[in-house]
Amino acid sequence: MASPGASAIRDKLRKQRRTLQETFVKLKHEGDDEQALVPSSGLSEESQHSTMNETQSSEDDPGETLKRTLRAQRQMRRKKLLEKLSAQNSPVEDIEEIPSVPLHSEDEGTGKISKVPSLTSLASKAPKSRASQQSDRFVTRRLEEKLKAARSQGESLRLQEASVVAAGRRRDRPKVTRSDREVDSDADSSQFLPQAASTRVKFRGPTEPVERNRVTADEAYNFFTINFEVQPEEKTSKKSRKSSKERKREEAQVQEEEDEERSQDPSQDHDEDEPLVQDEDGNVFVLEQTSKDFLEVKSAEYIGLRAFAVRHRPLIFTPSSRTVPTSAKLPENMTPRYLEDEGLYVGERLTVSPSNENILENRILRMEEGAKWFGDDGRIISLPDPIKESSSRPPLFHMEDDLDPALQTFYMKPLQSKHTNLSICAADAVLGDYQLDVDVSGLIFSHHPLFSREHVLASRLAQLYDQYLNRQRNNLTEHLTDKLNGLRNTMRNMLEIHSEQNLSQALQQRIVEYSMEVKNTRELRDGEQEKDRTLLKSLVKVWKELKALREHQRFINTPYKLFLRRETVDRESDEREYEKDILSEVWELEAEAEVDYQTKLSEYKKQLDEWKAWRKKQKSKKKKRKKKAQDETEEDDQEASEPEGPPDEGPSKPDTPEKLELDTIVKQVREKAARIRRKPGEAILIPELTASGNVSEGELCPRGEVARRHEVARRFIFVKILYNDKEVSQTNSFPLNPDFRVHFGQIFNLRIVNCPRSITLQVFEDLGSLYTMLAEVYVPVPPSSVLAGNSSIEEFEFSSNQREMFDHEGVGSGVPLSFTGDASDNVILLTSGKLSCCVSWGVGEDNVPLAPPLSQHPGAHHGGQYDAVSPLAPSGNVKKIGEWAMQSRLDPNDPVNASVMQMLKVASSGQVSAPDFFRLEQLQEEFNFASDEELARSRRFRLLALRSQEVPEFRNYKYVPSREREVSEKVFQGYEKRLKEGEMIDTKEHLDFHRALVAKYLQKIREAVIHRFLLASHHFLLSDMVIEEEMPCFGGARLRRVPDRHLRDSTEFLEMRSPKLLKMTGRAEMLNGAGPGILGLNLFHLAEPKRPLRPQRKERKKVTAQNLSDGDIKLLVNILRAYDIPVRRSQGGKAGPSPQGAIQGSDWLVNHVQVRPFVEVSFQRNVFQTTTADGPNPCWNEELQLPFRAPNDDYSVASLQSVKDEVFINIFDEVVREMGARENGESPQTRVEKHWLGSVKIPFSTIYSQSRIEGTFKVKTPAVLLGYSKERSQPNAGVYESVHSLCQGAFITLFITIEPLLQPGESIREKIKELKFDSQEDERLLQAAERFERAAAEGFPGRPCATTAVDLNGKTVFITRYIRPLNPPPEIMSDQPQEDAIQVARFVSLIPSLPDKVSFSGICDLWSTCDQFLMLLAGDEEEHAVLLCNYFLFLGKKAWLIIGTAVPEGLSAYVLTLEQGRYLIWNPSSGQYYGQYDTFCPLQAVGCLVNADNVWLNIQEHVSPMRISFDVSRGVGWRPFFNRFFTHPGLSSVQPEELVYRGSDKTAAVELQERMEKLLRDKVMEWRPQRPTRWNRYCSSALKHFLPSLEQCAVALGSGAHDLAEGHRHELENLLGDNRISGFPLHMAFSEMGPIVEAVHSTGVHTIQTSNVEFALAVYVHPYPNNVLSVWVYLASLVRS
Amino acid sequence: MATSNPSVFLLSVNGQIEGANFPCYDDLYCKYCFVYGQDWMPTTGLEEGITQITCKGRQSQKLIWNFPLDITFKSTNPSGWPQLVLSVYGPDVFGNDVVRGYGAIHIPLTPGKHKRTLPMFVPEPTWRLQKFTSWLWGRRPEYTDPKVVAQGEGREVTRVCSQGFVTVIFNIIMKDMKKLGYDSGPSTSSNAQPCGTASGWSTEEQTNL
Repeated sequence: MASPGASAIRDKLRKQRRTLQETFVKLKHEGDDEQALVPSSGLSEESQHSTMNETQSSEDDPGETLKRTLRAQRQMRRKKLLEKLSAQNSPVEDIEEIPSVPLHSEDEGTGKISKVPSLTSLASKAPKSRASQQSDRFVTRRLEEKLKAARSQGESLRLQEASVVAAGRRRDRPKVTRSDREVDSDADSSQFLPQAASTRVKFRGPTEPVERNRVTADEAYNFFTINFEVQPEEKTSKKSRKSSKERKREEAQVQEEEDEERSQDPSQDHDEDEPLVQDEDGNVFVLEQTSKDFLEVKSAEYIGLRAFAVRHRPLIFTPSSRTVPTSAKLPENMTPRYLEDEGLYVGERLTVSPSNENILENRILRMEEGAKWFGDDGRIISLPDPIKESSSRPPLFHMEDDLDPALQTFYMKPLQSKHTNLSICAADAVLGDYQLDVDVSGLIFSHHPLFSREHVLASRLAQLYDQYLNRQRNNLTEHLTDKLNGLRNTMRNMLEIHSEQNLSQALQQRIVEYSMEVKNTRELRDGEQEKDRTLLKSLVKVWKELKALREHQRFINTPYKLFLRRETVDRESDEREYEKDILSEVWELEAEAEVDYQTKLSEYKKQLDEWKAWRKKQKSKKKKRKKKAQDETEEDDQEASEPEGPPDEGPSKPDTPEKLELDTIVKQVREKAARIRRKPGEAILIPELTASGNVSEGELCPRGEVARRHEVARRFIFVKILYNDKEVSQTNSFPLNPDFRVHFGQIFNLRIVNCPRSITLQVFEDLGSLYTMLAEVYVPVPPSSVLAGNSSIEEFEFSSNQREMFDHEGVGSGVPLSFTGDASDNVILLTSGKLSCCVSWGVGEDNVPLAPPLSQHPGAHHGGQYDAVSPLAPSGNVKKIGEWAMQSRLDPNDPVNASVMQMLKVASSGQVSAPDFFRLEQLQEEFNFASDEELARSRRFRLLALRSQEVPEFRNYKYVPSREREVSEKVFQGYEKRLKEGEMIDTKEHLDFHRALVAKYLQKIREAVIHRFLLASHHFLLSDMVIEEEMPCFGGARLRRVPDRHLRDSTEFLEMRSPKLLKMTGRAEMLNGAGPGILGLNLFHLAEPKRPLRPQRKERKKVTAQNLSDGDIKLLVNILRAYDIPVRRSQGGKAGPSPQGAIQGSDWLVNHVQVRPFVEVSFQRNVFQTTTADGPNPCWNEELQLPFRAPNDDYSVASLQSVKDEVFINIFDEVVREMGARENGESPQTRVEKHWLGSVKIPFSTIYSQSRIEGTFKVKTPAVLLGYSKERSQPNAGVYESVHSLCQGAFITLFITIEPLLQPGESIREKIKELKFDSQEDERLLQAAERFERAAAEGFPGRPCATTAVDLNGKTVFITRYIRPLNPPPEIMSDQPQEDAIQVARFVSLIPSLPDKVSFSGICDLWSTCDQFLMLLAGDEEEHAVLLCNYFLFLGKKAWLIIGTAVPEGLSAYVLTLEQGRYLIWNPSSGQYYGQYDTFCPLQAVGCLVNADNVWLNIQEHVSPMRISFDVSRGVGWRPFFNRFFTHPGLSSVQPEELVYRGSDKTAAVELQERMEKLLRDKVMEWRPQRPTRWNRYCSSALKHFLPSLEQCAVALGSGAHDLAEGHRHELENLLGDNRISGFPLHMAFSEMGPIVEAVHSTGVHTIQTSNVEFALAVYVHPYPNNVLSVWVYLASLVRS
Repeated sequence: MATSNPSVFLLSVNGQIEGANFPCYDDLYCKYCFVYGQDWMPTTGLEEGITQITCKGRQSQKLIWNFPLDITFKSTNPSGWPQLVLSVYGPDVFGNDVVRGYGAIHIPLTPGKHKRTLPMFVPEPTWRLQKFTSWLWGRRPEYTDPKVVAQGEGREVTRVCSQGFVTVIFNIIMKDMKKLGYDSGPSTSSNAQPCGTASGWSTEEQTNL
């Protein structure tokens, strides 16, 4: 029952599969498009069911009991079904064995069930992707198994089915093994190859129908229903699998019970995470189940790496990197041959790593004909390493030494037209510098085709005769004979003299030499004699032949005749001579033979000895061998005999030398003498050739000869002259003479420009119509010393290989010619001849040789062979090259080194001197665009040069004129003056020597600093170039700088496109203020709208200086209102009843016009004014635009910062005076006068650095204002009264800015800061200071904080070092401490103020110490404040330095004192003091406080002095720099211990006073050019009296000022009677004259137009210690009424 | 008024910023300005300008501005020859306007019509995170002044990345350059070939007979 049960289950599965298949097939018919949808719809039912099941199961799982009941049910049903089906299924069993069903059906099923979207593709791809499917199936199966394993534990039904399982197992066994094998084989080689799968599919194909046929609809239905109940899984297909699995599970369990497979089960359970493919167990299960498994979750196609490798193994060849044995690389039976060992040159091989080489060799060996790549030595053939060992560029020695004179550059004008162009116009005589004269004088043919036989002989004769003549001329024979005799005599003498004594070694040596010489000479003489003799013989012979020919032909063609003159000799003496000669020769020869014999004999003896020794040895050897042979019997016989066979090639027995017999010598000598010498007594024959003979006339000659002569007559000869292979000329044609000579006699003058390379003469023969070139003659180019006068005509031989034959007597040329009939003496004669010509250099009219200089000769150049070496000859020292060659061991056989070797060879022979220098850029000088002098002379170039050097005067010079003449000399005047006066001190300008010195000193510092700045401005940092977001800090906030950056951005559109920037960064700041800015918080800003509909107003654009030009910049001055302006006081009874009386009569509360003020703003001498308002508290609300002009038109930041101009804001009272007679009833003439009331001065640099100035400023009013009084208690003054009570004086509210907004120079300052000044401070302190400042800047933006300052030496100094009690000058001290304070403040304020920004172009803040400050007498607020603070400390006050911002100075320093529980704020530059709650205190914000011990940062909410507490002792509100953790290290002060003052110099003051008075008087007159300026001396002297009292008064707390004014007025009124007087004293600190003049000018006193005006001027200079001067100028105008 | 002895020469530049090719960006606009030396002065025309925002067409990848340039310079010195500096901006993913390219080119030195393509580039953030944050906040690194691309000083401290191309057409007219002794190239001197020796060659002889 069991086995049918199992088969039933299987059957069930099969059915299920089949039904699925059917449904699919059915669906497939419906159309491809729907397929994707079909599965879901088709399976919806199933899936519904399954989900139901799932829910059920999930519910069941917890309840163990429920599950059991269900399972029991399930088992029951299954059993029933199995029973039912068993009968039918039995035949199918064998099919069942097949592990896999047809693949496509399986795939379809799984495809459907798993709802893989592309069914069709799956189906088609199925075979291929089987492998992956399998692996996937493993996974799912594994999971299921696990599930089941857990569930089925303790399942009771297990035992019931045990038998079934056993049966199944039995059946399974073979299957398992089979699949095992299959898997193994798969894994081995082609495990997952699609082919394998597909074959299997094919194989199984036929079984499919069988299966299909079995399935009925009922079965399918049953199957499904059963499954639904049974399966707790969610997927239908899994049911089937599960059932099978269940079964298997049971099997496994049984196995577990039974035997060794026990261990597999747990491993399966735990194995799910491990890779499944390798798992043997898994495979077993898998393969078993593949046939029944419908589910297939398919992954992407993947071929395993190993499989891939296996598949590609046949295609891929990986050469091994092992060394290939040499034998493999060479043809068989060949031993490697190493060329190096054989001494051949083999270049050095390239270095290749051995592994690479091995790989390459292996690869090559695999190739066909691989062997051809290997050389004889078994290595790959390769070219030698092309890289040279050393670089070919020579090093330059002696760079720093002076240039070798040989290396000096000479500038040569480029000779373009002559030597580069290679062409001239010959007609232009000027160009023809050189002249070559070619003289073609004539031509002689030594052979010509038209020669007759006689001619041939004659020419031969002539040649021989020529030869004879030549020899005769040289007379070598004679010469040698003489020499020989001489030698013999000396030798004989020598022997005779020294015969007795033994000859010394040297003498013997000499004798040997002599005898050698004699021998040589004798041999030479013998040769010459022989030649002479043969020549003579041949001469005679040819002449005989000629004579014979003439006789034979019976006519004479040539005029030659040879006479032989006989010269008889004295026979006896001749014979004697002859014999003597022979004897001496014999004797000599004998001696020589003797010597020869001796040497030979010794040689022979030596050889004989050798031979004998050898023989001996041989014999002994033989003996030995014989012994041996006896010992070793016959087998060695052969061997023993063998060496005997070829006898050792020992020296053969030498022949004994034979001694030459005297007889033979004598015989030889005599024979020779007979052969080569005239016989003794024979007459000397002297041949003489003459051309005196007659040539036979034509009619006497045979026809052939006549034809020949005709032919000759027809020929013409001319010569072409070729210069550098170009034909330049030709001679006229000359007829060929019968004697074959042509005379040209022409001279050609060649005017040449290019180097002569060759001169060629071409000989042409003119045959009437056709020319033939006979020959070319190359004439050497003469050296330049060869001139027309001294040259001689030379003969140049030529010949032609032309072949010509005639039928007449002409012998032709190139054809064999014989004189005898049997052609035994055949000769072939070629046309040849001699051309006589002469080439020389011409001589000019003035005897100047027209020859090129030597260097232009091609021959003068060094040979080309050095070219290769010349770069190797850096110093030109050939020796060095030799050494180098030795050192580097150059291979002499290497062709690469050939040039070096040749060079060395030549060099060692000492013929060569290479150039001993090498140079680069020899053209540099030529590239200079103008000479230095020219550049210096030209004003324009100078201007350009100065501008590019950034000389201040010209740095921004625009539009340098294009023409020289437009640059006026004036341009340089200022510059030159500055240069000239660099050291001179101009006292005129400064009125004071000390101050002049100081000014110079300051100027120098300024220049130094500016220079530094200029250097820095060319040094760019990334932040100078690129605006970039700061790195967001996650904890700390560094976003603060962002707004600056963006505000500073000069581009307009940036503003336009991101209007939210300000707002946003503002918030960032706020966040930072509140706490650390966090990246996360900043992210919220992203949510903000990028382009808000209503963008907020933001700052105007700032303009970079580049675009600016004159008139672009305007100063906007907005004058809002003023308070407390002095009012007119009724001037007694006279001025009182003014025309305003009418108005005043109406409904004015006050019975006179108080004041009608208006404001005049003057800047750079441009004056603008507002309208006139009324009353002491006027309101104008007007905007004035003042043009601004930068110095030198330089709108750069640095320049703008150093603008020293000040803006004067003057308040005037407009007074309308009536003129003329009212009585006449005419319209009254009025005159407007303006009376100065007070002024505010604001330096431009302040405006520039602040970019806007807004606030209420105290108007500086003169101490005494004649005709005006302060309205002290006005009832309707309103709210201001209470405020004003504390302070006196008028105030004005202003708003000043620059249009357009200029970029302040802050960035530069920052940069300088980054550049870091060095310091002597402790590094730790500096770091702490930096931290402190940074913390302040981040936590409290806008609060200035200073912990360090830079002193005049450029060193960073901690700020507290500046604070130290210092003694004020004793003169100003009194006994009252309160008064002392004011005195001291006044003294400090009298020291002129000069902002550092002005002096140092705003580059940095330099803090000078107090003594330096007093010495320089100039400094900005910090110095004043420090000095004041130190004085206060000395006075025993509690004083601090306030670093804060003030109007208008901006960043500034004030002094804070604590007096009687009240804080007073002192303005050090004005000497004014304010209470803490003073509204008009110019100090706007307090950043930090400094004293000698500590620095406190203001960390209170507010910055305004009114709203903060100054109590630093309380921990709240002030953050100290030094605290418990970082204590004060006890910094010593940089200040001196005590200040030493020079006493006040009264005389100098008086002198200055006078000069100043005079200057001002002149200036006032100068300002009034149209009108006369009258000075009222009386009034002036009166005023002069007032001034000292004013000074006193100012010192005395100004309490009596009012009374003083009254007193003055009264006094003046008394003095001047009915003059209307208006005037005021001006007070200022003295620095220079300029500011005083400017101040006087700005009051506008001089502008008064009345004709009857008189002026009064008084100057008072009050001297204080240390040359501090207080200047008073009393200016008044008097109008006579 | 043709003075025979001019002291300045004039350079008249017409043309247009035709368009750009920025493969990845759209909705760009361009700003131009001229940078010139100290001896130069614009006599007429706009020195700076800003174009409309343009976006790519459906087919075309090119941004077209067709923005006219018209400016005349006068100068005394060719040193500091004017350069056209372009900077292109456009919105990023978040709508922030960020710079898309800087570029500069010398105005052609020869009269006539010239078509120039300017490669554009932008400065790179100094480090990665900054690259991210700058993208996030829409604040790319920018040059402090677009004009720095026209000068060589200080460029070594920056790193840039190339972005795209802008095409500009110049029509150049010059006046009085030659009179001041400056020869600006072939198109002005095409007719005036320096007359050298006409003869092709060489050594010629004089025959004295």
